[in-house]
Amino acid sequence: MQQDAPLLTEESRPKLASFVRMQRDEVRESWVLQAPERILILDETGKAILDRCGEGRSLAEITQVLAAEYDAPPGEIAEDVMAVLTLLAERGFLEVD
Amino acid sequence: MADGSAASALRPPIAMLAELTHRCPLQCPYCSNPLDLQRRSEELSTEEWCNVIRQAAALGVMQIHLSGGEPTARPDLAEIVAAAQAAGLYSNLITSGVMLDEAKLATLKAAGLDHVQISFQDSRAAGGDLIGNFKGGHEKKLAVSKLVREAGLPLTVNVVVHRQNLDRIEEIIDLALALDAHRLEVAHVQYYGWALTNRASLMPSRAQVDHATEVVEAARKEYRGRLAIDYVVPDYYARYPKKCMDGWGSQYFAVTPRGRMLPCHAAETITGLEFPSVREGSLAEIWASAEIFNRFRGTDWMAEPCRSCEHRERDLGGCRCQAFALTGDATATDPACSLSPHHAVMLATAQAEADSGDPDYIYRR
Repeated sequence: MQQDAPLLTEESRPKLASFVRMQRDEVRESWVLQAPERILILDETGKAILDRCGEGRSLAEITQVLAAEYDAPPGEIAEDVMAVLTLLAERGFLEVD
Repeated sequence: MADGSAASALRPPIAMLAELTHRCPLQCPYCSNPLDLQRRSEELSTEEWCNVIRQAAALGVMQIHLSGGEPTARPDLAEIVAAAQAAGLYSNLITSGVMLDEAKLATLKAAGLDHVQISFQDSRAAGGDLIGNFKGGHEKKLAVSKLVREAGLPLTVNVVVHRQNLDRIEEIIDLALALDAHRLEVAHVQYYGWALTNRASLMPSRAQVDHATEVVEAARKEYRGRLAIDYVVPDYYARYPKKCMDGWGSQYFAVTPRGRMLPCHAAETITGLEFPSVREGSLAEIWASAEIFNRFRGTDWMAEPCRSCEHRERDLGGCRCQAFALTGDATATDPACSLSPHHAVMLATAQAEADSGDPDYIYRR
C-alpha cells in the first residue's frame, strides 16, 4: 500500500464519524469505539488522542495539545497521533475535513 | 476439558445475532435460515427478547444485530430496539427494507436504532426481484435506502453474490456509492441449508470469483476513507478456510426466533448436538457451560490434519457446519482447506456446478 497517497496530513481535521459511538465498557473496563460490524477497544493513547479530536483541531494542533499536557517530545507524539488516526480513518471510524 | 484450556480461553462475547422471526416476504434461495422454519406462535415474546438483551449486555455483548427472517415483520421491533438502547448496545437492523416506510424508520430512530443494513439481491431490478421472488422489491429497497439516509441513519448495503450476479460487481459498488452508504458488504454465498440445496444454481466460476476479488480490492483503495467494503470470501475456491465466527464460542452467538442460543446461526445443521434455550437457562450459563459452546472451543477438539497444523490457531480448522455438511463429521477439517482429504472433491464439485445450465431455484418458503 506504499503507493497510496496518505489519508491524513498534519493539516487534516478529523472527528469521529456521526454513526460512531465511543463508550465505556464496564465488562472489559475499557473505552470502545462502536461502528457497524466494527468494535475497537481503545488503549490509553488512543483514548487520549480521540478526546482531543474534533472541535476543528488539526493533527498538528492535537499533537501540540498532547505534548503540552504530557510534557513529552512533540516528535514522538506526532508519530502516535498520525498512526492512531490513520488506522481509525482506514477503518471508517472518522470523518475528515 | 479438565485441563481448563477452554475455560481459560473463555472471553465475553462481543456481538449477538438476534433472529427475531423467520417470517419474511422474500424467498431468497440462499437464505441463511434453517430449512425447517419456525412459526410465529413459537417466537419469543417482547418481554423475553428484552430480558435476553439485558442479559447479553451484562455478559459483555456490545452490538446487537436485529435480523430474521425479516425483523420488521415484528410489530414490537421498536420496543426491542429501545431495550437495546437502554442496555447500551449498538443496534444494527439487518433488513430487506421492503416493509419499511418513513414513519416506521422515524419510530425506530426515536427508539435509539444506530444503524441500518439493507440487503440488495442484485444491482438491477430484474435479477433482484427474481432472486427474492418478490416483484417490485428492488425499487422499494432503493426508495427505503434513501429514506434511511434522509433520516440521518448510517447505511450498509449488503449484497450476497453468486454466479447470477457476480459479473455486475462494478454496478454493485456503484449502487452503494449512489445510495450514500457508509459500508458495503459483498458476501459470497455460504453453502448451508437453503444455499446448499440451491448450490448448482448459485456456484460461480473461478474466473468470476477472481475478477470480482480484483474489482473489490481496487475499489477498496479508490474509496478508502469514504466507503468501507467488507468482502466475505468464497470457500469453495479457497486454499485455507476462513476463521469461522472468529472461533466457535469465542466472540459471537445467535438466538433463534424460539430462543435457542447457538455459537453460530447455522449450528442447528449439525445433528446430534443439544441446543440450549434461553427459556431454560441464563445466557451466562449457556455461554460458559453448555456442551454445544464448549464442543469446538479452542483447539482440543481437533483431529488431524488440523491438530498438528501450524495454522491451527489462525483459522481454527474453518467452519464446523461446512465440515459436517460436506463430510458428515463436524470435527473434520473444513474441506475449504487444501490440506483436507475432501478438498479436491469440493473444488471439483464447484467447477462442475459452475458450468451447469440455467438456474432453477428452490425458493425458501
